[in-house]
Parts: sequence; structure tokens; C-alpha cells
Amino acid sequence: MNDTNQTMKMNETAAALEPQMAFRKLDFYYGKYHALKNINLEIYKKNVTAFIGPSGCGKSTLLRTMNRMYDLYPEQRATGELLLDGSNMLDRNVDVTVLRAKVGMVFQKPTPFPMSIYENIAFGVRLHEKLGRADMEERVEWALRKAALWDEAKDKLGQSGMSLSGGQQQRLCIARGIAVKPEVLLLDEPTSALDPISTMRIEELIGELKEEFTIAIVTHNMQQAARISDFTAYMYLGEMVEFGVTDQIFIKPTKKATEDYITGRFG
Amino acid sequence: MELRQKRKLINNLALSLSLAAMAFGLFWLAWILFTTIELGIAGVSLDLFTRMTPPPGASEPGGLLNAIAGSVIMVALATAVGTPVGILAGVYLAEYGRHTWLGHATRFINDILLSAPSIVIGLFIYAIYVAKMGNFSGMAGVFALALIVVPVVISTTENMLKLVPDTLREAAFALGAPKRVVILQVALKASVAGVITGILLAVARIAGETAPLLFTALSNQFWSLDLNKPMASLPVTIFKFAMSPFKEWQQIAWAGVFLITLGVLGLNILARVLFRQRHKN
Repeated sequence: MNDTNQTMKMNETAAALEPQMAFRKLDFYYGKYHALKNINLEIYKKNVTAFIGPSGCGKSTLLRTMNRMYDLYPEQRATGELLLDGSNMLDRNVDVTVLRAKVGMVFQKPTPFPMSIYENIAFGVRLHEKLGRADMEERVEWALRKAALWDEAKDKLGQSGMSLSGGQQQRLCIARGIAVKPEVLLLDEPTSALDPISTMRIEELIGELKEEFTIAIVTHNMQQAARISDFTAYMYLGEMVEFGVTDQIFIKPTKKATEDYITGRFG
Repeated sequence: MELRQKRKLINNLALSLSLAAMAFGLFWLAWILFTTIELGIAGVSLDLFTRMTPPPGASEPGGLLNAIAGSVIMVALATAVGTPVGILAGVYLAEYGRHTWLGHATRFINDILLSAPSIVIGLFIYAIYVAKMGNFSGMAGVFALALIVVPVVISTTENMLKLVPDTLREAAFALGAPKRVVILQVALKASVAGVITGILLAVARIAGETAPLLFTALSNQFWSLDLNKPMASLPVTIFKFAMSPFKEWQQIAWAGVFLITLGVLGLNILARVLFRQRHKN
């Protein structure tokens, strides 16, 4: 009875959802090492999808295929399809700079550029748009407000981005990512280097950002995945073990392996 | 308690040895500086900056104007020639050729060039340029000094770029930045203080080089800014004057030593201040 309920709920939710990205038979290799095996997955528009699993399971690797970060390293390659709005992004003819304008990324450690707070945000925007001074100022303010950093940063836009605290730096990186107005935002363990209060702020922020952006997040913290995500994917040894509505994954997983992991029996 | 005392003893012993080694090094350094100042400062006067190097037994006091001018010109030109080459090659090694055979080969050759005795470089320029042109010239001196600048700048540029974490580059790539933008606006910007420090240290190094100039620029007793003629320089003038039996020449040599030391010291301090300032933010 309960099982059918859960399945129904998932079907209902899925029916109203529109996929933004989708993996089709994705395989990924680090040289000869087969790191991701036959991944098939939908990432739904304006929802938060969390990737969980033990270290080395391939969740970060999967995230890094979504903006083709692996292109930087010649020994890494992916086969299969990554669909964004219906077209395959793994195609050789795709301009990765355009893909990366649509799919932004925030990393584990805050990575402010060695320039002012203002320039940190304007940097990405300038790569893709020609904005006048007033428009750029407006965009910077918009991004900082979205990232809940405006009040703290508005009086020191000219100061180095590195002068901010760790949590502020991470919000600066989020602001920088959304300033480009991407469709998807990838977050690779964005709070693992932060204190609990900064973590809470970022989590609240993710809840607000999903109104406008599709979010995929990798996290080691299962409670975090449960708190902030709509969908959860559990990965193990390069395979997608289970994917579903977050509540269902955490309350009533269909696979024994998922249950063992989220109940802390291993991992 | 006994273990604690033993550790304390070893700690004190190691600390004393380190302090003694530091004192030993500093002692000689301080002595060199003191001697330079003591013997050099007596020769420093307005004449030093307004008069040419004197002939032996001159009745008028001499100066170092032509040597100072020659040194400044040759060092400036050598830096201007060597720095762009060094920075570009350093960028190649750090950003493009990290794991390629060409990168490894270039780095290896550069390390050899970096430790090559400067007299070898002087003789090399003598063989390929001075001998062909038929005369010593300021230009040949510039080439020899530039050849010393290049490997220093290559290696500091490469090392400073390698200190920039890859995550910073990835963050820029993730925004859709092309490689040239990542290098110019992020990687080089993050390491600009280190790169400038490298250039200043290269300048400090060539400012005092004598050997590569002996076979290239030679020296010139008269005022000359012609790069196709032999050119005076501080180190060679010091070398010549210090070896001479004339009291006034020796005095001028000491004053020259004092000037060079002061210049190099100033450059080093400037390099340090720059580096520290950038690393504070």
C-alpha cells in the first residue's frame, strides 16, 4: 500500500515536470579507468537534484560532465549523450564556452579571482555579453542580491574578493555563476569547506535559487541532500543505483544498497 | 618528565646550532656591506655622477658618468629584450607544455642555461656576434645580458604560474572563459607580483655581471651612447680600476662597488615589498 503510494507520488510529480538535462547511456573514462557506467538520468527544470554516494562513486565526475569540465584534461573522455534542451552537448561541434554559459558551476573550495568583488562578477558577464556601465552595475547588484551578499558587499565592491570570509566568498562564487544567467547551476560540495552558519545560509539560498535555476548538487552530507533537494540520485562504484523523489529515497528506498548507505551501515 | 627534558635539550641544541649558522652567515654579509660603505662612501661626490672615467694620472678628478650611463642603457635594453621572451616561454611551460615532451625538454635546457657560467655566455656572444662584426659593442653586451635574463624570467614565471591553484583556472573555464582569457586575466593576474619579482631579481643579477661584458661591450673611457661602439659599464670599470695601481682609480672603483650594492639592495627590497603586498590581499 505504502509502496504504491510512493510510486504514485513520484509519477504524479514527474508528470508535471519538464526535464532540463538528460543523460543517455553515458560512460566516462579516466584513461582506461571506467568511472561512470551507463548513466541514464533526467534533471528536472527548476528543481534541486542531489547526488549522494561514498567517495569515489563518480558523483563529482558526473557533475563535471554536465559542463564538460573534463575537456580540460586530454586523458578524460565521455561517450553517450548529454541532452540540454534536447540537443547533445557531448557532440564535438558544441562550443563549450556557450555550454558553460548555460551551465554554471560552483566548486568545493571558494575560488574568488584575484580582483575586486565587482570585477569578480563582471568577469563572467563580459565573456558573453556587451553591457554598458549602468547595465553592468545593475547586473552585478542583481547577482549579489540573488546570492544574498548584497548587504554585506555593497559598500566594498572595489575591495578584493579575497578579503571576504569563506562563506561570503562562496556566495560571491554563486553570484558570479548566476550573473551569467545560466539555466543550470552545478554545485560541487559547495558547503564542505564552510562553517555551520555559512552552510545554513547557502542552503537557504539554494531554496531561493531553484525558483529560477535548475540545480544539481553533489554532497557528502546526507542530511543536506534530504533538506534541500527535490530529487536524489544514489551512486555507487560509477553506477546509478537509485534515483527518485528525495522523500521516497530517504524514507522508503527501493534498493537495499541505498537503504544501507542512507542508514549509515556503510559509506 | 625525563622524556620532556630530553626533548627540551634537543630542541635547545638544534635552536643554538641554527642561530649560530645564521649569525655566521649574517656576519660576513654585514662585513661585506660595512666594507663597501666604509671604502665606497668616501668616493661618492657630485663628480662621480657628472664626470667621465679619468685617464691615468689625470690632474682633474674623475667620475663614473659614462659607466653609469652604459650600465643603465645595457641593463634596460637587455631587460626589455629578455623579459617578453622569458614571460612568453614561462607561460608556455606552465600553461601549455606541462606534460609534453617539448615542455620537459625546454625546462631541462632552461635549467642548464640558468646555471651556465656567465663567462660562457660572454664568449658565446663574442663568437657569434663580436667576431663577426669585427668590434666590441654595446649591442653585444645587451645580447649577452639578455641571455642571462631569459632563463631567470622563464623559471620564475613558470614557478609563479604553477603556484596558482588549478581550481582557480577551472572556475574561470566554468564561466565559459576561453584559455587565453584564463591565462591573461586570471592566472597571470594572480601571479603578477611573483613575475615582477623575477624580473627585478634578473635585473639585479645582470647589473653586477662583469664576465659577459668583458668579451662583448668591453669598456669605453669616453662618453658614448652608440650601441655599435664599445660601451662602458660599472662592473667592467670597477674591475679595471680596482686592479690598477692608481689611488684615485681604486677610490672610484670602491665608489662604483658602493653604487652597485646600493642599487641591487634597492631592487631586492623593492621586489620583496611588492611580493609581500600582493600576498597580503
